[in-house]
Amino acid sequence: MTHQNYRREADALGQFGQFGGRFVAESLMPLVLQLEKAYNEARAEPAFIAELDRFNAEFVGRPSPLYFAERLTEQYGGAKIFFKREELNHTGAHKINNCIGQALLARRMGKQRIIAETGAGMHGVATATVCARFGLQCVVYMGATDIHRQRDNVARMRLLGAEIVPVTSGTGTLKDAMNEALRDWVTNVDNTFYMIGTVAGPHPYPTLVRDFQAIIGREAHQQMLEREGRLPDSLVACIGGGSNAMGLFHPFLDYPEVQMVGVEAAGHGIDTGKHAASLKGGTPGVLHGNRTYLLQDGDGQIADAHSISAGLDYPGIGPEHAWLHEQGRIEYVAVTDQQALDAFHNCCRTEGIIPALETSHALAEVARRAPTLPKDHLMVVCLSGRGDKDMPTILGLMEEGK
Amino acid sequence: MSRLDVRFADCARDNRAALVTYICAGDPDFDTSLELLQGLPAAGADIIELGMPFSDPTADGPTIQAAALRALQGGQNQQRTLELVRRFREQNQSTPLVLMGYYNPIHRYGGADFIRDAAEAGVDALLVVDLPPEHDNELGPMARDAGLQMIRLATPTTDAQRLPRVLEHASGFLYYVSHNGVTGVGAADHTAVAQALEGIRAQSSVPICVGFGVRRAEQAAPLAQVADGVVVGSALIEALQQGGVAAALGLTAELAAAMPRQA
Repeated sequence: MTHQNYRREADALGQFGQFGGRFVAESLMPLVLQLEKAYNEARAEPAFIAELDRFNAEFVGRPSPLYFAERLTEQYGGAKIFFKREELNHTGAHKINNCIGQALLARRMGKQRIIAETGAGMHGVATATVCARFGLQCVVYMGATDIHRQRDNVARMRLLGAEIVPVTSGTGTLKDAMNEALRDWVTNVDNTFYMIGTVAGPHPYPTLVRDFQAIIGREAHQQMLEREGRLPDSLVACIGGGSNAMGLFHPFLDYPEVQMVGVEAAGHGIDTGKHAASLKGGTPGVLHGNRTYLLQDGDGQIADAHSISAGLDYPGIGPEHAWLHEQGRIEYVAVTDQQALDAFHNCCRTEGIIPALETSHALAEVARRAPTLPKDHLMVVCLSGRGDKDMPTILGLMEEGK
Repeated sequence: MSRLDVRFADCARDNRAALVTYICAGDPDFDTSLELLQGLPAAGADIIELGMPFSDPTADGPTIQAAALRALQGGQNQQRTLELVRRFREQNQSTPLVLMGYYNPIHRYGGADFIRDAAEAGVDALLVVDLPPEHDNELGPMARDAGLQMIRLATPTTDAQRLPRVLEHASGFLYYVSHNGVTGVGAADHTAVAQALEGIRAQSSVPICVGFGVRRAEQAAPLAQVADGVVVGSALIEALQQGGVAAALGLTAELAAAMPRQA
């Protein structure tokens, strides 16, 4: 591979190639431009970065360990597998990395009211957590279907003082929650900060969420050098919107020797039409402020996504992923609900770690890939979240005998 | 002169504001929608905004969301929306028709193809809610070449510094969103609207239509004193749903009676 610069800033239109942009109603344009300006100022300020570092160390518990998954490595008999332990962060997932950053930004901008969308509830919990910590009002939009399947996280958000607004439009999942959050934002433009949970939405969100999540990859880089004296050979992460994957991958993009694999949710299988794999089974379109790959019909109506994992149940993907896909820099694959469940159970029993169902998609790809690789192949998988929240789903399936 | 330019000139001559009626194409089905569309001019609609239904209308309130959903469930799509326009134009050559909606269905159709087909069908202008001036290149140049006007939106958040950007390439009319929020919810503050319109008129001569939250004749009347046009949408859709085409046309006539200027 010839060396190319894949670590790019979005262009003047907020785009990575043709993807991204600021496709929002006029009411929101001044707000996203204001946010971009505030973010550019903040990230150039050592005091802002120092405060972010302090919260990451003392509140989130960073750095998260790079753990050698010895038993899983033995079981597959191939690549040496490492877990980047984002599930050990405060609130149990990588989502908090982004929320701390955005909360500091909101405070700088004088915004007192935070809104967020959530699917699995991990971003909602992380948002509610930082709002409690910084004394901000918190309103979380969550699909009614997701409220049911992730009720533990709903209880957690309420404990933290957040108001949960159930969304019944559409299929009552993440996409509909995002629609409703955008409607709130357009109504409460003066005091409200929209804390988007993934590397999607209008520019500058894909960029700023990526930057706040890139700490995952920066740490993994340093930890791997310390431990093995060289770069990893491959990185694997699950993708809904794609924030944990972008966080792990981005710092490595310009090392051509590092392979990267993003794992989408194939649901019941891409050929069944019931899936959430926007890159493997979608086409370019415009939704939620950005141009990216979407699940849609021939008329441009957005299709319902399906995944066992609420956090991957979204018909789009971050625009920078769409660009990296077209550039061929990252390989994108998809695994089914069943493959993810198998990997989930195996991880519980082999490594003593209960992973989130989202994360289990990445582990399923590891199961497919690791046995075929040589023993000196260093593979890092992002353990993006813990699975406690998935107990109702898992127990339900176990009762059904699946 | 475009149909829109002619219509605003006529209204100005008659000393009244233009009544702009929004309906959702295919709500609740193609035939009802066509009947309503064909009845609107005689009932007093000066300009018609025909909504292109989209599954995820993020700037719309519950009424228009539900209308879009009904239309899609009834099999409405971009092709059939253009077919509605063709059928309307068989009977009416003078009433301006603006297609309003979100970008993705146009993107999926293919921007160039859509503009060609829309112009051929007899569409006068496009209002694409999630296509801000920054992304004018997506459709703007092609639309202008095809003789379609691009309607721009200005809102209470559009400050003096941003306004020139919004007004650049604005033609047909400027749609002023009366208050921050989604369609059909809340109400306009008339004093604030009047002030905002003054600021815009200092920079542009494009006619200004005010919409969002205008439901009844008594709300429309004061806006008609200050704006070049008044847009009503959600209230008409509710009337259609509750009392059919006759009720929607009845409301149109009441609103039209509120358009003359007093001075």
